Amino acid sequence: MDNLQSIQEEALALIESADSLAHLDEVRVKFLGKKGLISAQMKTLGQLSAEERPEAGAKINAVRDRVTASLEAKKDALERDAETQSLMRDAIDVTMPGRPQEVAGLHPVTRTLDRLNRLFASLGYTVATGPEIEDDWHNFEALNIPSHHPARAMHDTFYFDDGRVLRTHTSPVQIRTMVNEEPPIRIVAPGRVYRCDSDLTHTPMFHQIEGLVVDRDISFADLKGTIITFLNRFFEADLDVRFRPSYFPFTEPSAEVDVQCVMCEGSGCRVCSQTGWLEVMGCGMVHPKVFEQTGVDTTMYTGFAFGMGVERLAMLRYGIGDLRLFYENDLQFLNQFHG
Amino acid sequence: MKASISWLKSLCPTDLSIDDIVRRLTMAGLEVDGVEPASKPWTHVVVGEVLSVTQHPDADKLNVCEVTDGESTYQVVCGATNVRAGLKVPFARVGAVIGDDFRIQQAKLRGVDSHGMLCGADELGLSDERDGLMELPDHVVTGSDVADLLSLPDHVVEVDLTPNRGDCLSITGLARELGVLSQTTVRTVDCEAVDPESDETHDVHLSAPEGCPCYVGRVIEHVDVTKPTPMWMVERLRRSGIRSIDAIVDITNYVMLELGQPMHAFDRDQLVGEIDVRMAHPGEQLVLLDGKTLTLSDDVLVIADQEKALALAGIMGGEHSGISERTTTVFLESAYFDPITIAGKARRYGLHTDASARFERGVDWQLAERACQRATALILDICGGVPGPVMITDNEQALPTLQVVTLTHARIKQQLKIELASETIQQMLQALGFDVDVTSDGFRCVAPSWRFDIAIEQDLIEEIARIYGYNNLPTSLPAQALTMAAVPEAETPLMRLKHYLVDQDVQEAVTYSFVDPAMQALLGDGVQGVRLANPIASNLAEMRRSLMPGLVEAVRHNVNRQAPRVRVFETGQCFVSSGDQLDQSERLGIALYGQQAPLHFSGDRLVDFFDLKGIVDGLGMVNGGGSLSWSSGEHPALAPGQTARVSINGQSIGIVGRLHPRLARELDLPKPLFLADLNLSPLLSGQVTAFKAISRYPRVLRDLAVVVDDSIAWQQIVDAVESLGDSRIQSVELFDVYRGTGVPEGCQSLALSLSLQDPEKTLDDVAIQEMVDQVVRTLGEQTGAELRG
Repeated sequence: MDNLQSIQEEALALIESADSLAHLDEVRVKFLGKKGLISAQMKTLGQLSAEERPEAGAKINAVRDRVTASLEAKKDALERDAETQSLMRDAIDVTMPGRPQEVAGLHPVTRTLDRLNRLFASLGYTVATGPEIEDDWHNFEALNIPSHHPARAMHDTFYFDDGRVLRTHTSPVQIRTMVNEEPPIRIVAPGRVYRCDSDLTHTPMFHQIEGLVVDRDISFADLKGTIITFLNRFFEADLDVRFRPSYFPFTEPSAEVDVQCVMCEGSGCRVCSQTGWLEVMGCGMVHPKVFEQTGVDTTMYTGFAFGMGVERLAMLRYGIGDLRLFYENDLQFLNQFHG
Repeated sequence: MKASISWLKSLCPTDLSIDDIVRRLTMAGLEVDGVEPASKPWTHVVVGEVLSVTQHPDADKLNVCEVTDGESTYQVVCGATNVRAGLKVPFARVGAVIGDDFRIQQAKLRGVDSHGMLCGADELGLSDERDGLMELPDHVVTGSDVADLLSLPDHVVEVDLTPNRGDCLSITGLARELGVLSQTTVRTVDCEAVDPESDETHDVHLSAPEGCPCYVGRVIEHVDVTKPTPMWMVERLRRSGIRSIDAIVDITNYVMLELGQPMHAFDRDQLVGEIDVRMAHPGEQLVLLDGKTLTLSDDVLVIADQEKALALAGIMGGEHSGISERTTTVFLESAYFDPITIAGKARRYGLHTDASARFERGVDWQLAERACQRATALILDICGGVPGPVMITDNEQALPTLQVVTLTHARIKQQLKIELASETIQQMLQALGFDVDVTSDGFRCVAPSWRFDIAIEQDLIEEIARIYGYNNLPTSLPAQALTMAAVPEAETPLMRLKHYLVDQDVQEAVTYSFVDPAMQALLGDGVQGVRLANPIASNLAEMRRSLMPGLVEAVRHNVNRQAPRVRVFETGQCFVSSGDQLDQSERLGIALYGQQAPLHFSGDRLVDFFDLKGIVDGLGMVNGGGSLSWSSGEHPALAPGQTARVSINGQSIGIVGRLHPRLARELDLPKPLFLADLNLSPLLSGQVTAFKAISRYPRVLRDLAVVVDDSIAWQQIVDAVESLGDSRIQSVELFDVYRGTGVPEGCQSLALSLSLQDPEKTLDDVAIQEMVDQVVRTLGEQTGAELRG
């Protein structure tokens, strides 16, 4: 029996010190092979009496199981080491560049318009669109701008030979909506507009977004509240907003809206011409003549409208200094607006 | 409108600071664009009298002068050519400071001591032009302060008026507004009648009373037109941006600035017979004051005599009948011209004048006579003369009428959410010149004759809001009933499509909707686009028919800037006309150029047709999984053999292909450019998924290679397999194309993978073989395909 104990100790020591799978197999053969030391112990059982045999057999089996388990554990460990070494031989430089999966970007005007649409959608506005080649009635007449009106001089209009025009603002979409739909109306109309003007701060095409709300009991207070909330959400800052009386033929009362300069926070800088204020949009209560033209009952409904230049908002939001960049489509510019 | 603060305060004596004046005007809708000092700042500049002038001993162009300030006499060296004994000029003594830091010191000029400087108007910041010494009138007291003499320091505000506020194109108008805003009682300009001293008149006939319903004229004889304009008047004109011409013209301009009534002065001796205010004869010519000759049309109002047109009514006078140095008898015109008649005419002839700016917006139609009296008084004061009686020729029917507008408290409350006392509202409106009666539920208001912008209740509400202050009004958000918006599932949001393309590394571009006609001809389908009547540039003259011209330009812009890889798309309206119909629907354009992927050490290649086709097919997936079908196509700008027509449900939606190499060479694009031009709306209207049961039995893949003639399109193979109508054939896919050894010349070997699955049971080998044999047989029959050995 002492012999059995020493066999186990020897086996475990040899397993422990084995440094290759081949060596480990030699150990297995030495102890568990047909002529191995543990197998030899089994054969000695026959010499024992029937009473002694079960106990001795159990002891030998225990040693065999112990050695077998140890062998397998060692084998597993050696195999893992071998695989690790093989993987390390094939190691890659993980700092080399990944296979590019580039993501391009939306044009900054689209990004801005999409945010505007979503901001107003959260207040229940839907998006309305209209044609860019418009007739005189939708672009001017219905908006209370007859042909002799001095306000026509405010619009440098592109004309076609048949008298149609490239819309000078997104306001014709208001007209189309009021003609086709019954109040309550809550729309925003984003899109391209055109003015025959080109210099450092003007491009002959640019984008506007127009908003229109027509319902019972809509007031100037509602207009003010909507605009102030919108500007604070858009710029994600608590900015001062001020309303100045102005003139648009299609609204009365009319207002220009200034927001506290987002660059200098109102202390005065180049962007705001040292005034601390930025003019960002025009707005007002829908003029009764516009309601008359579009068949809205002025005894029941009032409304407000507002409009703003999208490039200007984008320039202020992203700090873009040159309007002309928007239409050069230089990838070095566009690539900055990822995702 | 530029206005001097001191002039403004002479009518509206307020204590407000300049900053306050600017803020109040701006916040009341009279936006102040700028404030400038009326001169440089200076100290200690007095009236100096030149006593003697002698030539500088060592300098031809300098003089040595003796100058007195009334107390002492100083030696001053001066280089101005108009210096002479007896002249009174601004004199900056030693110690005076001009501008921010120019200190006058005792100096030696070429060896001669000089104690001070004689000043030109430019040196004091009173003129932009260098014109010798500033000559002061003889009557000013030597030694008196020049700043006091000129009402300095002063500031000039530039007010950017909206088109509805023509009534503020005068000092009187601005003072009236400022009076309301500062609660100051405003002084009115003295326009007392000047009694006639002769019976001299000149007849006026109004042939076009709708254009000119009222014409006030007056003859003034024995006028000395050579008299200088007084300094105070020259200064006030200058501060409003008007140059002094001669006394008579200056006076008419002065009255225009002061009261808002544009006036004209004729040389009466040049008039032939009675004045006729009429529409021009078509083709009639008129030589203007500035020497330009205009050819007129019959919608233009003119002032004429019995021979010819003399002046463009309300816009500009003529050369022939204007005041000259020989004029002795002046005929003054002060008229009311109808805004609609004048509107647009100045613009048409490129003549934007102070008069037209006012008449277009509306001049107070009750002002003409008072302005005539005011001008007469000034002329008599400055130039002398004998006035005849004021002659008013008018047509009452054609004159405007006073607007009566009613206003209710209820309306004010509904619109502005404020409640004001009747007296408060009455005071506000009265101060603005309205005649206001309180009624049971509000007010009855008569608008003043200078307010052309008041017609309805809302106009009065704006006035109240303006004076009350927009920023003092309450704010709220509109109350609205909650409704649930429709979310149509079959519609793909445009932003979904854009995000898909962006995720495929295709950058969004925005190009102009008008394009170069030459580019459109090159890249188009041979049909000309809609032309602008007044393009801003010849290369932006035609509306785009597709997005290709703009995108190709965008690609070129970036290729010229060494971009190795350009992938751009755009969506937007295109303009396709046929007959009277104009289609303005939105399109989608995509352009791929250069490397397929950004540079990477694993290798690279140029983009090809199948890259773009893959992206376009993906649009179908994005749009609810609808598949696109492709067939060989043609387009004049695209390469034959690499161009496809794309359809959805048998309806063509556009074209995809490679830019023809001939055009690519012409456009300096050395690598292939692939373009897609597609209708947008079919790509945004898909379908809602209709679920199909999935099979629980195993799927079997079977590969086979067939040899077909090169002329057989892959689509024919797919169609042949589909013609079997065997629902167990789930898909047929192409995984290799081979030409070369083992394949006959003119043929290709296509490796297909069939995916087979039965919804009801597991397919056994016999069934699978039967299906494969069936496919091979059908391919053979329909495409001549043979199984590759």
